[in-house]
Amino acid sequence: MAIKVIEINKSVYADSIKLADETRQRLKEQGTCLLNLMASPGAGKTTLLLKTIENLSSYCIGVMEADIEASVDAEKLQAAGVQSIQVHTGGECAMNASMTKQALDEFDTSGLDLVFLENVGNLVCPAEEDVGAHKKVALLSVPEGDDKPLKYPLMFQVVDAVVITKTDARAFFNFDDEAVCERIHQLNPSAEIFFVSAKTGEGLESWCDWVRRNLFV
Amino acid sequence: MHELGVVFHVIESVEDVAKENHIDEIQAVTLQLGEVSTVIPDYLVNCWNWAVKRTEVLKTAVLKIETIPAVTYCEDCGNEYPTVQYGKRCPKCGGEHTYLQQGNEFVIKEIEAVEPDEPDSE
Repeated sequence: MAIKVIEINKSVYADSIKLADETRQRLKEQGTCLLNLMASPGAGKTTLLLKTIENLSSYCIGVMEADIEASVDAEKLQAAGVQSIQVHTGGECAMNASMTKQALDEFDTSGLDLVFLENVGNLVCPAEEDVGAHKKVALLSVPEGDDKPLKYPLMFQVVDAVVITKTDARAFFNFDDEAVCERIHQLNPSAEIFFVSAKTGEGLESWCDWVRRNLFV
Repeated sequence: MHELGVVFHVIESVEDVAKENHIDEIQAVTLQLGEVSTVIPDYLVNCWNWAVKRTEVLKTAVLKIETIPAVTYCEDCGNEYPTVQYGKRCPKCGGEHTYLQQGNEFVIKEIEAVEPDEPDSE
């Protein structure tokens, strides 16, 4: 029995990077911007999305909800009249390029100006995946604390923007706005930071302006 | 936490190579893993041992892991230093204009395959 060594020397990520680039290119050609929204569970992703979509009502927007299980988020969005699809990752802790492609194929995105991918609630794994989005955004809610950029640096390094959510809860938590900005900018000098309360509407305008500036239309 | 996903990906890639080369059995797969690649070798091996049992060509394949040390380069003074020990700040000049030179790799290096028996030429 002879053993033959076959050299491969191929990055495990090579296929995934190629797939993500193809998705990005294809969506751009059809005029659809894909925005990857990442945060820990309960940071307020769905609530922010509902308010954002309401504010950007002149655009055609769809949402892909990624969760390990259940369809509560997609149902919430559908009840509000938003075109949405629920993706179950089946235990995977984040969406990757191939799952995203599959979901996009399933979800008719032609004619959409913007697709939000609401990623699995997690500050670790989603940061490691390039799903093919044009922009990445991290949400950090006031109750989680201003120290999270120190603990989960990769997430705050890879995003284009950070939305600090639930700012109406400031009175109950010792959340230092200046400190969080400093910590984020230390990791990622060009990150845009927005302070938003979906409840009171604080900061919603400037966040929505940023989203609008990144569309292809 | 994403180790199982990458294991499936490695298995698929290797199965493709096996098919191209008409191989029925692979004895070992060697991966090169950077020290700061965020992949944990022990978890990877556990996932591997679970996942290969569900394949044909890789049923008994051993996973070999070679570690690539993480090295950071300092743009301020040109120093190269071990990333894991010192992090982002250069231990020589204290500069923070540093970048990772190597150490986040995750490469399928090679496979050891059992050569198919030559058909009898008699």
